[in-house]
Amino acid sequence: MRPSRPLLLALLALPASAALAVEPGTLAKLASDDSDAKIAAIRQLAASADPGAVRVLQALSEGALAVAGGKVVVVEGDRVLDAATLAEIRPPPPDRDTVIANNRMRRELGGVLAALRLLDPDRKVRLAAAQEVTRALSPVSAPLVERALTTEKDPEIRSILETAQAESTLKNPDPAARRSAVKALGASSSPRVRALLARLLDEHAEPDAGVRREAKAAVDAIDARLAWGELVGRIFSGLSLGSILLLAALGLAITYGVMGVINMAHGELLMVGAYSAVVMQALFRRYFPHAFDFYVVAAIPVAFGAAALVGVVMERTVIRFLYRRPLETLLATWGLSLVLIQAARAVFGPQNADVANPSFMSGSVTPIPNLVLPLNRIAIIGFSLGVLAVVWGLLNRTRLGLFVRAVTQNRAMASCVGVSTGKVDTAAFALGAGIAGLGGLALSQIANVGPDMGQGYIVDSFMVVVLGGVGQLAGAVGAALGLGVVSKFLEGWTGAVIAKIAVLVFVIVFIQKRPQGLFAMRGRSIEA
Amino acid sequence: MRRMKLAITLCASALALALALVPSTGRSADTIKVGILHSLSGTMAISETALKEVALMTIEEINASGGVMGKKLVPVVVDPASNWPLFAEKARQLITQDKVSVVFGCWTSVSRKSVLPVFKELNGLLFYPVQYEGEELEKNVFYTGAAPNQQAIPAVEYLMSEEGGGAKRFYLLGTDYVYPRTTNKILRAFLHSKGVTDQDIEEVYTPFGHSDYQTIVANIKKFAEGGKTAVISTINGDSNVPFYKELGNAGLKATDVPVVAFSVGEEELRGIDAAPLVGHLAAWNYFMSLKNPANEAFIKAYRAYAKKKGLPNADKVVTNDPMEATYVGIHMWKQAVEKAHSTDTAKVIAAMSGQTFQAPSGFVLTMDATNHHLHKPVFIGEIRPDGQFNVVWKTKEPIRAQPWSPFVPGNEGKQNM
Repeated sequence: MRPSRPLLLALLALPASAALAVEPGTLAKLASDDSDAKIAAIRQLAASADPGAVRVLQALSEGALAVAGGKVVVVEGDRVLDAATLAEIRPPPPDRDTVIANNRMRRELGGVLAALRLLDPDRKVRLAAAQEVTRALSPVSAPLVERALTTEKDPEIRSILETAQAESTLKNPDPAARRSAVKALGASSSPRVRALLARLLDEHAEPDAGVRREAKAAVDAIDARLAWGELVGRIFSGLSLGSILLLAALGLAITYGVMGVINMAHGELLMVGAYSAVVMQALFRRYFPHAFDFYVVAAIPVAFGAAALVGVVMERTVIRFLYRRPLETLLATWGLSLVLIQAARAVFGPQNADVANPSFMSGSVTPIPNLVLPLNRIAIIGFSLGVLAVVWGLLNRTRLGLFVRAVTQNRAMASCVGVSTGKVDTAAFALGAGIAGLGGLALSQIANVGPDMGQGYIVDSFMVVVLGGVGQLAGAVGAALGLGVVSKFLEGWTGAVIAKIAVLVFVIVFIQKRPQGLFAMRGRSIEA
Repeated sequence: MRRMKLAITLCASALALALALVPSTGRSADTIKVGILHSLSGTMAISETALKEVALMTIEEINASGGVMGKKLVPVVVDPASNWPLFAEKARQLITQDKVSVVFGCWTSVSRKSVLPVFKELNGLLFYPVQYEGEELEKNVFYTGAAPNQQAIPAVEYLMSEEGGGAKRFYLLGTDYVYPRTTNKILRAFLHSKGVTDQDIEEVYTPFGHSDYQTIVANIKKFAEGGKTAVISTINGDSNVPFYKELGNAGLKATDVPVVAFSVGEEELRGIDAAPLVGHLAAWNYFMSLKNPANEAFIKAYRAYAKKKGLPNADKVVTNDPMEATYVGIHMWKQAVEKAHSTDTAKVIAAMSGQTFQAPSGFVLTMDATNHHLHKPVFIGEIRPDGQFNVVWKTKEPIRAQPWSPFVPGNEGKQNM
């Protein structure tokens, strides 16, 4: 679907004489309701490799081809061009029926358009085209691949194209040609090639024993390489889940762990952070559309500030009066959470809000063919580590952190030596709430943003804090990452429903055996 | 003392008599009360709020054109808060306390199942507007959504056709509750009948509200290596957003592995950036993008209503299949009442059979003579970048519902109900 800029530019720069060879009969087939006719027309246009025809195909794949007044036209922004001559029609016809390309056509179009791009001067375009071509080889693209191989110099692109060529050689009647093709394919580590080769292991599919032996060796070699990718993928998804749990729970580790406040409205602080992302996104879309991608960066201080502000208001007006009364705190904060949810519903509506990933966080990197690491998850792992470092620094390297730790360990004594415990409480609560806001911002990039999104995270957050050991930052980190990796490995093995139950059972048993959590608080602390 | 007691008794009975007489002479003569039973808070609020709005709009529309038998409709809106037992309580309250003639409501199958005993016991009337798993037929309920053969089966047939990609392997992915499990049971039996073996079918469930689809998407990718694969998603509610986001990021395109969803419509796609989802499919009996005069009028009316009432995001409201089904249901009930000249449950049920209505789907829908389901057309749409659907396949005419799927063993004798 992504348009190739250089190709389009190259086509636009062509003289007008090039824009004639699109035959009206083929165009009519392209716009017909019969899919087989459409596919035939696509192949015909692609085989001609005429720039005008390519432009029409490009338009079709982008949903920019339409029928207006019995004519097939290409729509480009405000301009409407006659598809046969590529001359502009003025005034633009008012009623247009878009020619619909369904998945089957898009697959075909993707293959042929990529094959046509194989000769592009830009290496990046060629590389992307080569990868695209191997996804959908068609009778039209095979000769184009062959032609590209005669001129291609880049080793990476060559190897992709050679794999594609070897794939088509697998159907060659000569066993020797097939054997060498299998050998060439054995160097690939793509799961798709493995499936292709695995089919040759069957006697009915492959009559030649030599080819079968070669295929067996190739499949084993690929399997060994794929096993690594799979393992790394599992660990990565576990770490990713863990980093999300950590961001959700880190704020709670301060307010609950350090201050002993059972804050049932913690999830709603996450929600406040997520909605800050929504608001910043809307502002950037409106006022700075060219710098849209940076709305996420701009949302970081906003999310922290908004959630911290809500936290301060909560602490000053309600929670402050309920310290050391856990039951009342629980009920009051639960009430607060309902108020916050309803407030969000009143302001933003009950529907989930749409949050788009900035372009630098969409897509994925593929270090090994069967290992896909989504960029937004990598960014969130990095972000959670950054937040963790800042919080650790705050608690261990600043005066405020010293006071917070002092109040945690022994409130009465800290008060005796002149620490204003009330102010420290407010500051610590604001910090915890602000971090929850940052967690919400991160969640907005992968999960739903809605008024009651926080409800889904409150149990997980408490689980992490309790498992890690109350009052322990290191415990929260260990618990979050550990839970993430364990549940992802379990999920691959038992399915999501059982994995969720198993993790809960594990936490219950663990807390029974070790009530203080992973890391116990040392020192002369006083239990409230 | 005794005389005193007698006086009190007399007074009390006089009062009771007076009270008993009031309703028959009061304002109830020129109005008809109708109940609206949709969650306006909790997890289902996302979907059900729009149904409440469209019901109120339809009632306003009917009142503006003279009401039903000259009587104005008075809506009674209650909020069962996505809480299944509360659905039953609120239904009882609507029928016994508010004395409504009919109730329009419910979304999830769980909520419908929990109100059924109430409607049976009190002989009420319920119009249920959402596609569901079938295996049910109640005298007191009219189903204006799709049965499995009006949505799930045609969608799978399409995926198996050359047009739909000729899928050979099927990944059935759903939320863990009654609707996806029953639908997948029917689909598995259907696929068996088409010669697909168990090793080419994978069935996976996630809990309600599941939000981490990394493992599942990786598994789909692996499963797809074994041959042309299609994913059939019965994921319900807002789990769809993280699922589709993960699909987009993992680079699984609709041209490689198409996903067809039965619970994803225009309303659900409002919460997603639809660009990476282009080409994935949904099967419904109505799409907002259908071009016909009835649909244009319906969309225009709802937009105007949303603006008038100041609904959130009023300029971007969309219509979807269950909203259309609600709209059709209320109009058909009105026609049936006018035919029966009564709001009596038994008479309305009798009058409902064979009712027809020009629906926004562009077809004239008929209420089946016996099985309380609508004859509906089936559309299969591909997601467009703007969150709307391109119709890529449709039935030529409305098809009759089979609430008892012929693919479930034991249902053979129930086909003519």
